[in-house]
Amino acid sequence: MSSQNDAAHGSVKSYAVGFLLSVVLTVVPFWLVMSGGFDKWTTVITILVFAVVQIAVHLKYFLHLTLTNEEGRLNTLTFLFSALIIVLVVGLSIWIIYASNAMMMH
Amino acid sequence: MLGKLTLDAIPYHEPIIVVTLAVVGVVGLLLAVALTKYKKWGYLWREWITSVDHKRLGIMYIILALVMLLRGFADAIMMRTQLAVATGGAEGYLPPEHYDQIFTAHGVIMIIFMAMPFMIGLMNIVVPMQIGTRDVAFPFLNNLSFWLAVSGALLVNISLGVGEFAKTGWVAYPPLSGLNYSPGVGVDYYIWALQISGIGTTLTGVNFLATVIKMRTPGMKLMHMPIFTWTCTWANILIVASFPILTGALAMLTLDRYLDFHFFTNDLGGNSMMYINLFWAWGHPEVYILVLPAFGIFSEVISTFTGKRLFGYKSMVLASGAISVLGFIVWLHHFFTMGSSANVNAFFGVTTMIIAVPTGVKLFNWLFTMYRGRLRFTTPVLWTLGFMVTFTIGGMTGVLLSVPGADYVLHNSLFLIAHFHNTIIGGAVFGYLAGFAYWFPKAMGYTLDEKWGKRAFWCWQIGFYCAFMPLYVLGFLGMTRRLNHSDNPDWNIWLYIACVGAFIIALGIACQLIQLYVSYRNREQNRDLTGDPWNGHTLEWASASPPQFYNFAVEPKVDDIDAFTEMKERGHAYHRPDSYAPIHMPKNTGVGFVMGMLLTAAGFGAVWHIWWLVIAALLGTLAAFLVRCYDNDVDYYVQPDEIERIEDAHLTAVQLDNTLKA
Repeated sequence: MSSQNDAAHGSVKSYAVGFLLSVVLTVVPFWLVMSGGFDKWTTVITILVFAVVQIAVHLKYFLHLTLTNEEGRLNTLTFLFSALIIVLVVGLSIWIIYASNAMMMH
Repeated sequence: MLGKLTLDAIPYHEPIIVVTLAVVGVVGLLLAVALTKYKKWGYLWREWITSVDHKRLGIMYIILALVMLLRGFADAIMMRTQLAVATGGAEGYLPPEHYDQIFTAHGVIMIIFMAMPFMIGLMNIVVPMQIGTRDVAFPFLNNLSFWLAVSGALLVNISLGVGEFAKTGWVAYPPLSGLNYSPGVGVDYYIWALQISGIGTTLTGVNFLATVIKMRTPGMKLMHMPIFTWTCTWANILIVASFPILTGALAMLTLDRYLDFHFFTNDLGGNSMMYINLFWAWGHPEVYILVLPAFGIFSEVISTFTGKRLFGYKSMVLASGAISVLGFIVWLHHFFTMGSSANVNAFFGVTTMIIAVPTGVKLFNWLFTMYRGRLRFTTPVLWTLGFMVTFTIGGMTGVLLSVPGADYVLHNSLFLIAHFHNTIIGGAVFGYLAGFAYWFPKAMGYTLDEKWGKRAFWCWQIGFYCAFMPLYVLGFLGMTRRLNHSDNPDWNIWLYIACVGAFIIALGIACQLIQLYVSYRNREQNRDLTGDPWNGHTLEWASASPPQFYNFAVEPKVDDIDAFTEMKERGHAYHRPDSYAPIHMPKNTGVGFVMGMLLTAAGFGAVWHIWWLVIAALLGTLAAFLVRCYDNDVDYYVQPDEIERIEDAHLTAVQLDNTLKA
């Protein structure tokens, strides 16, 4: 049962990099809104892009999803598959209910 | 004290139910007397009920499936006779409130308590053996999953004698299944039966995924796994991804019914369409959960009995994967008529047509596997050939229905009923029956009687066409599903033919029961001494029949898809090692059984609003689980001398058989 704790835990350096990237990716959108110097859509899209990159950073540096070893590939593929199914089921459900609502209620 | 439960809940004024209950009671009593007389209670408890052995659990799953098949088929034959009698304005012998329960119970039982346990049973027996491991990743969990399935089945059967079952159809759409339109306990039985067994199914999916990912024998890569294991793995991925949707949808329906929530009601912002949407977001992957393992069985059967390797193994694995992903984006075709936009309907219509492509790939793979092979026409092969013809017809009517415009005409007509029976019986059930005949010697140690097996097949096959082809016609003639009686002379002849068909299938089931009896009686002549009665390709045939309880004395080394063929060709099969290492095995436990029975009591209490029973049973379940968690005495080692004795007996039997053949 020794294999239970064999998962990679990363190094101080990788945690530091992850932390710095997270801070930058949080501070920039925050500053964008606080400064108020950009129009609405630029702000929204930038925040969205930064949020997605933020997710990727967390997955790589804190949840140790990788493609370099078998364990990592398995975890990454599982994650991507789950994400795909959630996007499909939730996204299509929203489309279905929104469309039927539009057809029937208006 | 007893909530809503009173003596009126027992339907003693319904002669059909009373007679059924009497028969069940007498059979149960006889069984109990026999067990007592032959002093088998202890054996039953020690060797079966508490067993964590995947092979024994698999056998128990299949017994559950066969019992529920009889129950579900009794419902079917009652419906067919009712519809044949109740023509021309006659009312028949089943009043609507009883008939509605019958068609609901038929659907629920056949999908959840017949097909699922049958599939999971075969998977339990075969998958760990095919990947050369000694048990599943979580043996106790496997036992618990089984007892949760039994718990759900018990609740459905209790509803026959105490209260009523749902009258909503097996989909239980609100608002019909809401408290306003179904104030009785029927829907509550439905909810708790599905909820408890559904959790068991989810746990099975997790268990087998972990097994396949973590416990393959040394050298076996994912793309070395036998095709049945692969299709089961895809099915398990679908289980893990889709069953939580059912759990969630049913939980919301429960809140609507018990705590006055308004998820799916017509008023106060509820939307019943979301239930329909969620139900089928689970329901459509569910039909692929049923049929993918059947595809795997056909692949194994065709490959073994043509004496060839499977044509296009990789394309088979990938096609199953494509079906699994596509299976998640077609669910709206169950409710095209709900009235979403044309774009939504077009999208789901197109994806539905696309999913026929990977299925077609599989059919060609089976044909090419047979091409220039020497096909042995055994019972499993007959089921496979019957499947290839029948399922293709079902697939084509499915593509017809996937055109939204056509679906508006055919929705909820008998055409639809014919279509899905065409795919589920012709696909899944034929597959399980093929697998049943194919792996029976592995599980039980003797082969099934071929003569009665072939009779059963032909009765099923002819009966199927006789029973369901008329339903296509009736669908075109405008007959809708779930009718209690009819008054249209044009329909009569087709209803009569369909009824005859159902009775021919009944003959097929009778043949199967006789087959089981005859095979058991002649078991000494039909012993499978080598463990490899069909010249099999995969690792399950490398063990004895029935397999040693630890499956493999030494973990087999594998570097090929057809691992056992390779071993036989290289002369490595039946190798006797110099010494054996101790084998680490799990101990049996009664906790799964106790938890299953307590949850049955909790479900029963929830149905009748007997809250003290619910609380007590749930606390008991938790206590049993905690006892298990803190129990450190869960495993043991099989010692080398015992292994040597068992292995020597097997290898001697193999040698004896070889000399007899030579």
